[in-house]
Amino acid sequence: MSGPLITAHQLVKRFGDFTAVAGIDVEVRKGEVFGFLGPNGAGKSSTMRMIACVSPVTSGELRLFGLDPATHGSQIRGRIGVVPQMDTLDTELTVEENLRIYGRFFDLPRAECRRRSAELLEFAQLTERASSVVENLSGGMKRRLSIARSLINEPELLLLDEPTTGLDPQARHVLWDRLYRLKQQGVTLVLTTHYMDEAEQLCDRLVVMDQGRIVAEGSPRSLIEQHSTREVLELRFAAGTNESFEAQVAGLGDRHEVLPDRILIYADDGEGALAAAHARGLQPESALVRRASLEDVFLHLTGRTLVD
Amino acid sequence: MSTHRLATPGAFRVLTWHLVAYKRFWKANVLSSVVQPLLYMLGLGVGVGALVDSNTGSSDVLGGASYVAFVAPGLLVTTAMALGAMESMWPVMGGLRWSRGYHGIIATSLTPRDIVLGHGVWMVVRCGLASAAVAVALACFAETRSWGLAPGVVISVWVGLAFAMPIMAFSVNAEMDGSFAAVQRFVVIPLFLFGGAFYPLTQLPAAVAWVARATPLWHGVVTARQFTQGTVVWAAVLGHLAFIGLWVVGGTLVAERRMRKKLYQ
Repeated sequence: MSGPLITAHQLVKRFGDFTAVAGIDVEVRKGEVFGFLGPNGAGKSSTMRMIACVSPVTSGELRLFGLDPATHGSQIRGRIGVVPQMDTLDTELTVEENLRIYGRFFDLPRAECRRRSAELLEFAQLTERASSVVENLSGGMKRRLSIARSLINEPELLLLDEPTTGLDPQARHVLWDRLYRLKQQGVTLVLTTHYMDEAEQLCDRLVVMDQGRIVAEGSPRSLIEQHSTREVLELRFAAGTNESFEAQVAGLGDRHEVLPDRILIYADDGEGALAAAHARGLQPESALVRRASLEDVFLHLTGRTLVD
Repeated sequence: MSTHRLATPGAFRVLTWHLVAYKRFWKANVLSSVVQPLLYMLGLGVGVGALVDSNTGSSDVLGGASYVAFVAPGLLVTTAMALGAMESMWPVMGGLRWSRGYHGIIATSLTPRDIVLGHGVWMVVRCGLASAAVAVALACFAETRSWGLAPGVVISVWVGLAFAMPIMAFSVNAEMDGSFAAVQRFVVIPLFLFGGAFYPLTQLPAAVAWVARATPLWHGVVTARQFTQGTVVWAAVLGHLAFIGLWVVGGTLVAERRMRKKLYQ
């Protein structure tokens, strides 16, 4: 099949008077890692639930594998894997039982469930914990088990809603590594995140969502090139005084943003901008030159930071 | 994978899920299902039974049976009622809100309908096991031993479903688990006491008796009693079972509709 795996056209989701998704157009192609980036409440999870065929579309058109979720929900779900934001593991069952029973939900023969759970335990680095009750696992292990479980039906498409929220940095890196392996195996991944580093690390292409709309679309690199300078100079002045320096930093770079805790100056040459600041007699408590990130893209597009 | 294999109905895939979780508890569970009626039999037989049976005229009210023989089908059917009700409250809320297992199920090719029907099949298994255990206990006593216990178990299961399915429908929309204590206090326990299990409804004021007659419990108890006492009237049996069936079918339909609304938001 060469057509897109997912197509959404003017997709809308309303809950009563509240519009969670306000008419988005998305196309996800086979084999790519596609991300929905945005702050909490941007409509990412509502979009994901519609794609996962567990939330009826209010209006617009949605197709997965060319099928309509409203009429072919069960068939579509049989071909996808879902890692929800909140774990839905059976905490009183063992790790292995969780995998096998999930295979049974897809009506896989028992022997096949056994074979695949052994493989997936290996993949999720949980073989030694196979007979542990899930309740006793760490957050990172539970997340890995959730991913392993979502792969039991060998899905063509894997949906991950905030896969690493609440995990410590080490657990996140282990998880990213597993997701990267899946990508190499040709599984199409669609994920939501409010972590820009996650989006940059994993996604081939992403859309930035804000208040139910898509505000930008492209690869992480192209988005940064399009919406930001190459480098960013971060200046921190004494707490609470950042705003008073706004006039003095004007013109140091292409543009600037004053945040409560720091001032961002967008310039292709960060060091040059810092030298210019010093030449103006500015003496920040700290100064840092870094590469521009998706966070800057988001800030530029919406005037807000991703993680409050 | 063989392409000729027939698909397992969704309800039975959900049943497997319940069975895997039950694997750890079933022995203790079935054992207590035997012990509890044994205690009732001893308590009621030795205490209340002796008192009732020595009262001249009681035999007419009880249809010629001894008190324990009269109560036996009541024990059978109330066991299934209590179990069907209880297992359709906290576990249902758990599947939706606590462990959120139902959300895991609908992420697969299964549907909310499979969850509801699967719960029904699971209740058949649970109520069947518990009622069979009670029947075994009752068969230990000469006065209550009868082949009528076998159809009694089937009737119990039917009554168990008549409580399980409407209560499941209730639990899907319940806001707090505190409301479950109210169901226990104002539905299950009153029916246990006033539903015709321990004395004929003729002992009650007419209005109360009619309330009891509207619930599936009384219909189950009198039907099971016909079998244990060997006074079967088939037309009556069919009528009672059909009435109980209304609760089963109605409860299932409402539970399915509510479950779909709840899970597919």
